Amino acid sequence: MNLRRWVQIAATLTTNAWWLTPFGGPVIYGGRLKAFCSPGLNCYSCPAAALSCPIGTLQFMFASLRPSLEVGKIHLGLYVLGFLGTIGALVGRMPCAWLCPFGLFQGLMYRIPSPKLAIPRQLYFLKYVFLALFVVLLPALVLDQFGYGQTWYCKYVCPAGTLEAGLPLLALKPSLRAMAGWLLAGKLSILALFLAWMVVSKRPFCRTSCPLGAFYSLFNRVSVLRLTYDEDKCVRCKACERHCPMGVAFYEAPNHQNCIRCLRCMLHSCRYGAIGYEIAGVRGPGMAESDGPFKDPLRP
Amino acid sequence: MPRRFPYVLLSVFLVLFVLGVTLGEPESVFEKAVAICLSCIGVG
Repeated sequence: MNLRRWVQIAATLTTNAWWLTPFGGPVIYGGRLKAFCSPGLNCYSCPAAALSCPIGTLQFMFASLRPSLEVGKIHLGLYVLGFLGTIGALVGRMPCAWLCPFGLFQGLMYRIPSPKLAIPRQLYFLKYVFLALFVVLLPALVLDQFGYGQTWYCKYVCPAGTLEAGLPLLALKPSLRAMAGWLLAGKLSILALFLAWMVVSKRPFCRTSCPLGAFYSLFNRVSVLRLTYDEDKCVRCKACERHCPMGVAFYEAPNHQNCIRCLRCMLHSCRYGAIGYEIAGVRGPGMAESDGPFKDPLRP
Repeated sequence: MPRRFPYVLLSVFLVLFVLGVTLGEPESVFEKAVAICLSCIGVG
């Protein structure tokens, strides 16, 4: 198992460090750590969650903007926005590859043997629609009689919430089952769709529907850490594209919106030293060319 | 050549973060996150 997998597992366990629910503890963790956001997508209603979900929190902030202002609280979501923006400005989408529990889950699902399918590039823009519409505009603008909006993305889309919180809580709290209706049926259908898609395609949720990934991706071309491409060394063997967990053709678009900086292409796929990195414009040492046998990172 | 823009961006978001903390937003995050979100689990 490579370093990234260990980091993903450690991050998943750290983000979900509350394991007392099945042993008579509170249904969800209620300690002070919940005031901090996780850098990856992780539902805060998951019985094991020790941190908050940044996307759920942002929606909540926008949904309760008007009532907050009415009582004199200027809560605009700057805390979460600042947290995510700081990470994005430093490393772009890197948390998607290294820290996101749902990313780890998708990576494992893709290892299930099956015919594999590409994802049409036209679907990539959907995640920006979800970010703008379901996370920002609808929660802030569609209000009930008391001035509260809804957490649209959590409520109508998020398969991570259904998997990490919905199913475990329905299993742990029988009283919730009586409240289940068409909404749960719809969310379970979305989850089922993504579960099937994860088996046949690389990280379909990250590439098409994750608003957190969409936010981080806005920084990919301007972040402190960036990958570099040496056109003179590239022979267009496409090894980077074949092994990329996001299906990015690095030689076509370095620091593409879907590049999650897993570094697999740089460390394992490229035999010709065409991929390197820079930190705020200062280039790191280039990767050496390799004359040895090609090491397939999928079969370490 | 070193790029300055990433550091400008970083500074802006750090300021936003500190501003959010100053305005007491972590408390709101905490209050929301310790209750079961019925919307998140598909029953609310």
